[in-house]
Amino acid sequence: MKKRNVNEVLLQGNEAVAEGALRAGCRFFAGYPITPATEIAEIMSVKLPRLDGTFIQMEDEIASLGAVIGASLTGTKSMTATSGPGFSLMQENLGFACIAEVPCVLVNVMRGGPSTGLPTYPAQGDVMQARWGTHGDHPMIALCASTVRECFDLTIKAFNLSERFRNPVILLLDEVVAHMREKVTLPEEGLVEIFDRVKPKVPPEWYIPYEDTPAGVPPMASFGEGYRYHVTGLTHDVRGFPTSRPDEIGPFIARLFRKISQRFPEIQMGEVDQVDGADITVIAYGSVARSAKRAVRDARERGIKAGFVKLTTIWPFMKSVVEPVLKTSKVVLVPEMNMGQISREVKRVNQGYTRVVTLNKVDGTIITPEEILDRIIEVA
Amino acid sequence: MTQATEEKKPPNIDIYKAWCKACGICVAFCPTGALARDETGSPYVKDPEKCAKCGLCELRCPDFAITVHEKKERQARGGQ
Amino acid sequence: MEEFTKLIHKYLRHDKKFPHVWCPGCGIGIMLGALIRAIDRIGYEKDEVVLVSGIGCSGRLPVYVDFNTLHTTHGRALTFATGIKLAKPGLKVIVVMGDGDAVAIGGNHFIHAARRNIDLTAIILNNSVYGMTGGQYSPTTPFGMRSTTTMYTNIEHAFKISELAVTAGAAFVGRGTVYHAKLLDGLMEKAFLKQGFSVVEVIAHCHTQYGKLNRLGGPVEMLQWQRDHAVTVESAARMKPEEMEDKFLIGVLADRDLPVYTEQYERIRQRAKAGQGKDA
Repeated sequence: MKKRNVNEVLLQGNEAVAEGALRAGCRFFAGYPITPATEIAEIMSVKLPRLDGTFIQMEDEIASLGAVIGASLTGTKSMTATSGPGFSLMQENLGFACIAEVPCVLVNVMRGGPSTGLPTYPAQGDVMQARWGTHGDHPMIALCASTVRECFDLTIKAFNLSERFRNPVILLLDEVVAHMREKVTLPEEGLVEIFDRVKPKVPPEWYIPYEDTPAGVPPMASFGEGYRYHVTGLTHDVRGFPTSRPDEIGPFIARLFRKISQRFPEIQMGEVDQVDGADITVIAYGSVARSAKRAVRDARERGIKAGFVKLTTIWPFMKSVVEPVLKTSKVVLVPEMNMGQISREVKRVNQGYTRVVTLNKVDGTIITPEEILDRIIEVA
Repeated sequence: MTQATEEKKPPNIDIYKAWCKACGICVAFCPTGALARDETGSPYVKDPEKCAKCGLCELRCPDFAITVHEKKERQARGGQ
Repeated sequence: MEEFTKLIHKYLRHDKKFPHVWCPGCGIGIMLGALIRAIDRIGYEKDEVVLVSGIGCSGRLPVYVDFNTLHTTHGRALTFATGIKLAKPGLKVIVVMGDGDAVAIGGNHFIHAARRNIDLTAIILNNSVYGMTGGQYSPTTPFGMRSTTTMYTNIEHAFKISELAVTAGAAFVGRGTVYHAKLLDGLMEKAFLKQGFSVVEVIAHCHTQYGKLNRLGGPVEMLQWQRDHAVTVESAARMKPEEMEDKFLIGVLADRDLPVYTEQYERIRQRAKAGQGKDA
């Protein structure tokens, strides 16, 4: 009889997120109860104190992200988890994390919207909000999981990217992935790559907290370690002090974008399968990617040359992957549980290369493989 | 700076003009009338002999622009 | 320079431009002086102090002083401060807010921070108006007064910030005015030393907006008003209720020992690590 692997566990997506966060070194969680993300908070409330970490349930989601940013400023890896209504409230402080360059991870388990919408049913309606929800120009990193194992891996990845780029990272799940249970084999301790933020090595009097560097990511001092500096949500100069000088504002905002844009290959992840010479390629993400994968396989069995692209990184949008597919596929299908959000991005990249068709569903039910297959047969 | 040699010697009051915004608070609430405002509204030490070294002008100056040297010890500690 | 001013210079950021940004005669500068003197008397290291602010005139305060400083979003200063304190309880976290910041947009955070009894000090500069945006009415604008958004007079009723803090569960609540600068020094010192959530409400004036619209005079006249209407808790005990009608109390309004959040949470950690049942 096969020996049972101790790392083999049956986990729910939300549980895998919590496990991944703890493995990544998360030691602070602030949140507010909301379906379908609450399990993450519940698990963190039990496990964090055992690891000398801190859990707190705040009075709302605005406060939750505020506390997360505050904790991160002390050098503590911090996160929160929410769903659409809470995500809306978090947009304010999300922008603060962007401009002040404070690492943090924000999990949004997407449910039907707008407003209170469909608390216990899946949707993918927050894709554009993740990108543009907070006001002003800012870069954003958003990842999207479609399996329980990915919930674990991408949570760790989210922390690593956040620490590395000093930018908030959003992990998008949908209700299906968050509540689904799967058997997963978690990697051994020590086999997971963990990245911690770079701290200043210069003496405090030489420290310039927002100095431009080749990577565009200045080292980050923690409060209380001798590097007294100013953190503000106002546009600031390299010393962190508010500025309204055009010659300081321009380079600052440009650096915020450059630190992400010059590292796209390290951020962008996805799965590309048999897109060369495909008559039709399906581009999907989240739980829909599971149905799409099955539908593509069924289509191939029927003799249709079908390709498949799964977007694991949602933002920055993977133009480098999508553009070649648009150039070679006769038609591209984007199924989503919204009225067409990533398909807009695909169409933006599609400079007349091919035909982009959509399959949109917003009734609170998942998109099934059969529905995607039917659409493939219809448009191929 | 002149070192006080005896108790009765009037104190030096420094008014740091570069930071002073001439709000008038120090003059208005000087308990002894040692301070006054000039024609531009800026404070000046009109009568140093009157100064009781209470230090209230310094405490209430919103701009940290006035200093009373050799304040009474009790005041220097911030009062009770 | 000597004594107060010397120590104030010790704590100011020397690479910042002075005189500071506030209007001539503004009480925020007086409050800043009291804050610095209190910190110096207690003897905190600059590195262990975190000064957090929200948005508005008072939000500009931290930039001038040489601590770990954080200028957050409007009304949210206490939430950021909560995260800092819980993640690094060794830090002395002081939050500076205005009346609009603390009890309008941040009102919910304020009562919950008080209820939790997190070891933070909230200093609230109450000047009865939104100054930075040009004199709109705030939750502490008195009934019947004018602001740029109540030109027909204010028909809302003002919050009493300190009384609200007492009711919400703060461990220490003190109210002072910028006129009574020495009392303010003492209140801040007591608040900083208090274990738990401490509040110092600083009655101040905005002659530029509120004073002008209501013909209350300049900073001198508004300080005189503070002098004539503030009554210490000790004096009030000897006064008749009718004598107190148009007056307000200053001094220590509450000082009580309550379980402190960070200490309680540390006990939770010990229990969790000892494997003691969640439902034990």
